[in-house]
Amino acid sequence: MLVIFLAGLACLLLAGMSALVIGKRLRLATWVAVVGVIAGSTLSLVAALQILLGQPAVSARFTWSMPLGNLVIGIDGLSAFFLLPISALSALGAIYGTGYFASHGTSKSSGLPWACYLGLVASMAVVVTAQNALLFILAWETMTLASFFLVIFEHRKTAVRQAGWIYLVATHCGTAFLLVMFLLLGKHAGSLDFDQLAAATPLTGQLAGLLFVFAVIGFGTKAGFIPLHVWLPEAHPVAPSHVSALMSGVMIKTGIYGLIRTLGFLGAPEAWWGILLLGIGLSSGILGVLFALAQHDLKRLLAYHSVENIGIITLGLGAGVLGVALDSAPLAVLGFAGCLWHVLNHALFKGLLFLAAGSVIHATGSAEIDRSGGLSKTMPWTATCFLVGALAISGLPPLNGFASEFLIYYSSLAADLRSTVLDNTLLVIIMGGLALIGGLAAACFTKAFGMVFLGLPRDRLPGVPHEAPFSMLAPMGVLAVSCLAVGLLAPLLLNVLALPVLVCVGGTIEMVSLTLGIVRQPLAAITVTSAVLLSLIGALLFWRQRMLARRVVNSAVTWDCGYDRPSARMQYSGSSFAAPLIKLFGFVLGSRTEYSPITGLFPAASHLATHTPDLYQERLYRPLFMSIARLLKQVRRLQHGKLQVYVLYIVISLLALLLWEMR
Amino acid sequence: MKMLLESLLLALILSNLVLLGSTRVRNYVKVIALQGFILGLLTLLLHLGALSIHTLLLSGGSILLKSLVFPWLLIRAIREADVHASVEPFVGYNASLIIGVLLLPFCFWLASRLPAQLMPTMASSLPIALFTMASGLFLIVARKKALTQVVGYLVLENGIYVSALALVGEIPWIVELGVLLDIFVAVFVMGIALYQINREFDHIYTDQLSSLKG
Repeated sequence: MLVIFLAGLACLLLAGMSALVIGKRLRLATWVAVVGVIAGSTLSLVAALQILLGQPAVSARFTWSMPLGNLVIGIDGLSAFFLLPISALSALGAIYGTGYFASHGTSKSSGLPWACYLGLVASMAVVVTAQNALLFILAWETMTLASFFLVIFEHRKTAVRQAGWIYLVATHCGTAFLLVMFLLLGKHAGSLDFDQLAAATPLTGQLAGLLFVFAVIGFGTKAGFIPLHVWLPEAHPVAPSHVSALMSGVMIKTGIYGLIRTLGFLGAPEAWWGILLLGIGLSSGILGVLFALAQHDLKRLLAYHSVENIGIITLGLGAGVLGVALDSAPLAVLGFAGCLWHVLNHALFKGLLFLAAGSVIHATGSAEIDRSGGLSKTMPWTATCFLVGALAISGLPPLNGFASEFLIYYSSLAADLRSTVLDNTLLVIIMGGLALIGGLAAACFTKAFGMVFLGLPRDRLPGVPHEAPFSMLAPMGVLAVSCLAVGLLAPLLLNVLALPVLVCVGGTIEMVSLTLGIVRQPLAAITVTSAVLLSLIGALLFWRQRMLARRVVNSAVTWDCGYDRPSARMQYSGSSFAAPLIKLFGFVLGSRTEYSPITGLFPAASHLATHTPDLYQERLYRPLFMSIARLLKQVRRLQHGKLQVYVLYIVISLLALLLWEMR
Repeated sequence: MKMLLESLLLALILSNLVLLGSTRVRNYVKVIALQGFILGLLTLLLHLGALSIHTLLLSGGSILLKSLVFPWLLIRAIREADVHASVEPFVGYNASLIIGVLLLPFCFWLASRLPAQLMPTMASSLPIALFTMASGLFLIVARKKALTQVVGYLVLENGIYVSALALVGEIPWIVELGVLLDIFVAVFVMGIALYQINREFDHIYTDQLSSLKG
């Protein structure tokens, strides 16, 4: 098993190196890279599936010259589960990207971007299989750097470089916390191997709590917890679309993986850990979707939805941790199961949505929602795929997004807590929060799909809309079908979750399977009902088409506002659609409106513009970093470029040390 | 024998003071040559009892390199880069001399406090080694030209060499060869760098390198 996985890893690395070497020959490099990704992903997918279907967990131990532990790499239930989206989405993204790096490149070589892509895939695979903290951190940083270079792919643009810097700084601040956390853990356990960390004597309550907070900050920066999310809405829009799909679909989930893995080292969780995670999940979910509603850029909107979905995943995680802490098996098992399953589902539908958004941008040359429109006529397949993704992300049955959210709902319904008021309030908050998030997400995707694909084009766009080529449509099709399939087969697929959940909650596999079983019947009922409803609607549509086939069909303007000659600019716009909700939540969004009011009977030209900057970046990080920069400017006086004085610094410090030693 | 040793060490101190007070770049090169010669003699003198091929080679090589090759390289660099004769100090000559005179007792005090196991034959040389290092560092810090910094670096190395003699007596010769090669390369590279800096900027004032920083 492990051999298969390692062979896949070797495939990825080898193909990456080769692509780098032969980068000048664009087509060959692309072929080598894509074949490498597909081979590597297939191999690791096979290895992961074997583990998930019941083979025992495997690990291999090599000695290396690093201190505190060995090079340990292995696959258990949790790793295998995270390998699924990583493998699937990276292969599909690579196929999608075949045309991208060659046509959009600013340099002559497509070797470097491909090498980074393969490096990103390989490092993500190592992150979820590393069983030594040092190896984990190395893979983690490789992942960061590879994705950074992919984000700044179009580095000639100032905005892209700016976004790249924000990403790099944010993620390194997070890694600093991780380093401290792992060092403290390693010092306590005497080794950095994960099995030693897990087997070490339990930490004291305060230290465990501190380490937990460090883990939340460190991993949360990568995952995009509010208020650590600032890099997401900057980096995702500027990266190539299949890279955004990979980063948003799976890379940010490595943060969730790390958090779950770390929970295993901290001993028995306390209730406040779960409550903290629930709070983070709620705020990320609600604020994420609200900010998404207020965006005008399609990819930025999707980036905020990643924050929202990370919020949902964290809600599940919080429920699971709370369940373990309060000793409630249904809450723990179903919470973790919902969390993990939403990780997979989000990878599928968010990958799909980013790829579809990429097709739109590829075709029209613009990501601005309020300028586009009517694309469903020119790009029917892309529109269908986007619609499937939009339905899934809004959590509507029978698609996959519903299934995982239903698990989280059900975890709080089925929780058998010894009814203290606070605990039950928490459960209600989980359900209420999820419902609010789901409703707002549906509103947001009504806006996105309606404005981009329905109606008429609102503005003259840089490109002529046309359907995407097959290499871009095929991955989207696969993802759309998987969204539907995973949703419809959800009751049957529950068993796959048993092993990964077992890693999270402990106990026996029978107990976990049994607890997972209680959700099967209600889930099946809803799925079947909605599937029947869906096929009924399909049948009706088909019937309508049959009926209309023999008659003359006229098309007319839907609604012309009473104008004699309506223009496309008079259509309902995305901003106006979202305005009531934005106004309602204005106190948390801080949207700005520029408006020159219409006065007089014969008014001059007027304009209206709304802008919703990220509140945390504007109010928290910008002032913070500005004041740090001001402070550090004082230090620059020391660095003035005079060689003699630099040597003087060295002499003085050496002398001071010598005198200190001779005290 | 002891007499000879001590007069050599005394010559080293005086040469350092000459460096600190000297106003001409060419004087620097001469003093460097002299110091290299003194060091070679010192090595030879210490092993007079048990003379071996390796000692001979080492002291010969040291004299050859430090008192002939380096000065020749430096003189060449002065000629090619058309270096102005003055050393152009940040700290004046008289002040430099006074600082040197103050450094000397400080180094003696420092050496007395250092918990070092000294070779009996070279017990008195540790403070002088320290003083040589201090003078080298002072030259690097207090003189403007890149060339004077090369000289300061060489003096610093000489100090380290003497302190090694004082502390260990006999350094494994592979280490000594390594150090010699190191200095040789350093001087060589600095010579080239000097020439290039001069060609690009028409002077070799290191304080103006600061205009390069971002």
